[in-house]
Amino acid sequence: MGARIMIVEMLPALTFYTLASIAVAAAFMVIAARNPVHSVMYLITTFFSAAGLFVLMGAEFLALLLVMVYVGAVAVLFLFVVMMLDVDFVEMKQGFLQYLPIGGVVACVLLTEMILVGAASLVNPSEGVKYAPDGTSNIEAIGNVLYTEYAFFFEAVGLILLVAMVGAIVLTLRKREGVKKQNVAAQIARTRAGGVELVDIKPGEGIGS
Amino acid sequence: MMDVMNLTLFGMEWPWLLWKMVQIILFVVVLLVALAFLLLADRKIWAAVQMRRGPNVVGPWGLLQSFADFLKFVFKEMVIPAGTDKVLFILAPILSLVMAFGAWAVMPAAPGWVVANLNLGVLYLLAISSLGVYGIIIGGWASNSKYPFLGALRSTSQMISYEVSIGFILITVLLLVGSLNLTDIVEAQAGGFWHWHISLLDLSNPKSLLLLPVMFYMFVLFFISALAETNRPPFDLPEAESELVAGYQVEYSSTAYLLFMIAEYLNIVLMCAMMTVMFLGGWHAPIDGKLSFLPQIPPFFWFSAKVVLMFYFISMAKAMVPRYRYDQLMRLGWKIFLPSSLVAVFLVSTYVMLFGRLSVSLVVGGA
Repeated sequence: MGARIMIVEMLPALTFYTLASIAVAAAFMVIAARNPVHSVMYLITTFFSAAGLFVLMGAEFLALLLVMVYVGAVAVLFLFVVMMLDVDFVEMKQGFLQYLPIGGVVACVLLTEMILVGAASLVNPSEGVKYAPDGTSNIEAIGNVLYTEYAFFFEAVGLILLVAMVGAIVLTLRKREGVKKQNVAAQIARTRAGGVELVDIKPGEGIGS
Repeated sequence: MMDVMNLTLFGMEWPWLLWKMVQIILFVVVLLVALAFLLLADRKIWAAVQMRRGPNVVGPWGLLQSFADFLKFVFKEMVIPAGTDKVLFILAPILSLVMAFGAWAVMPAAPGWVVANLNLGVLYLLAISSLGVYGIIIGGWASNSKYPFLGALRSTSQMISYEVSIGFILITVLLLVGSLNLTDIVEAQAGGFWHWHISLLDLSNPKSLLLLPVMFYMFVLFFISALAETNRPPFDLPEAESELVAGYQVEYSSTAYLLFMIAEYLNIVLMCAMMTVMFLGGWHAPIDGKLSFLPQIPPFFWFSAKVVLMFYFISMAKAMVPRYRYDQLMRLGWKIFLPSSLVAVFLVSTYVMLFGRLSVSLVVGGA
């Protein structure tokens, strides 16, 4: 009996450490894998473990959103791009060391920031993650703040995304001359008067062009 | 049985775990056996439309054909072509199958007959079905061959395109119900077919008649999107045999191919079940009343009957409709389905703003 209760109590911690270590290991493999397609697969594993961590924190909505948006859409586009590339991996590895200085600087900055945040939260611990108040589900709690307190920010984000979308379309849209394209509206609007011409041909004369 | 089910995760005990295991195994076995006969039905319907007999050799009326096919697939040699990415090549069909089964976890087949009664069930369905793309795209890429790769690219862009409009169509249903829980969605349609989202003919609430054309149109859109989402004819361009041999499955043989096929058909049945739950009132009988003989029939019968009916329509679409061209498919998805489902979301939310949700009026009327 006692052992069973121990297991039940340890389960969240055990799950957390499993998911967290899988996430870290997969994130490492993203940069360590030789094949970029494998890298994307590891990236998906990382996203998935992160979603698991969200579920553990009681944020199911965010977890499912993460899976839907990042795994279901963004990573698929990554895979698309990576699969289309024709990269010579040997050549790519040759210039690897020349990125070491700038990569090192970025890594140092990130590490310093993490240490600072960790130290600050140790000195002055915040209340941690606030769970949704009783009775309201995850999605209701988010909706309530998103569309009241942060309504303007939310709309601003939407506007930025719209601009980005229009920008992407403008950048890739090109008009080519001499390309035959289907004009569906014109096809549907075709009538007998515009499409059929009856020519009365007299015997023995042909069309006579 | 019920009090065992009501145990929460926090006080997790072995009976709870065991009961869940039994539920999962039950779901898997029932689904697989049902799938065997649905596959046969699919072939029989297709044959009947073309005035053929269809499979009729194995067992009476060919009833055991699917089991014979199963054994044939399992006992064949699995060929892994040279130059493939072996790990991903084998992972792809497994991933497809796992995702296809995983989505069934939230599907309520009768009151309380659900493995996981999630509050975010609809989101879970969308998330899992968006993961199903990976099996196809990885399989196509890992095959290291032109046709599978082209098939995988087509299939992925097709599924992503139609997922968007499916999402908007589901939002119209969610707006009317006010919950993402699939059981709640079914319960909101209780009380006869005039409460189902496909046919909102509730004469006691005349305002809801305004929704009838919108929601019926949404059902039609969902049906067509489901065909595209599951790569069924007339949208089976990823496997178009006249262009791509068999699309992403070209290099697959034996059990790996079997897994892909089971996953494909599972997804089709899942789409049928989604249509049943979202639009056709789930497990509820068409006429609810103590005077009729109908309520004596168990709810599971109604659920499965509706799923089979939808599967019949999907089979008939395969038999009757010629294949689309790829650019027409994309045009249909992005230029017709997406804008019209967006307009429907706007209309339904206007209705909800003005007159309130359907389920609220239902509860008030019933209480």
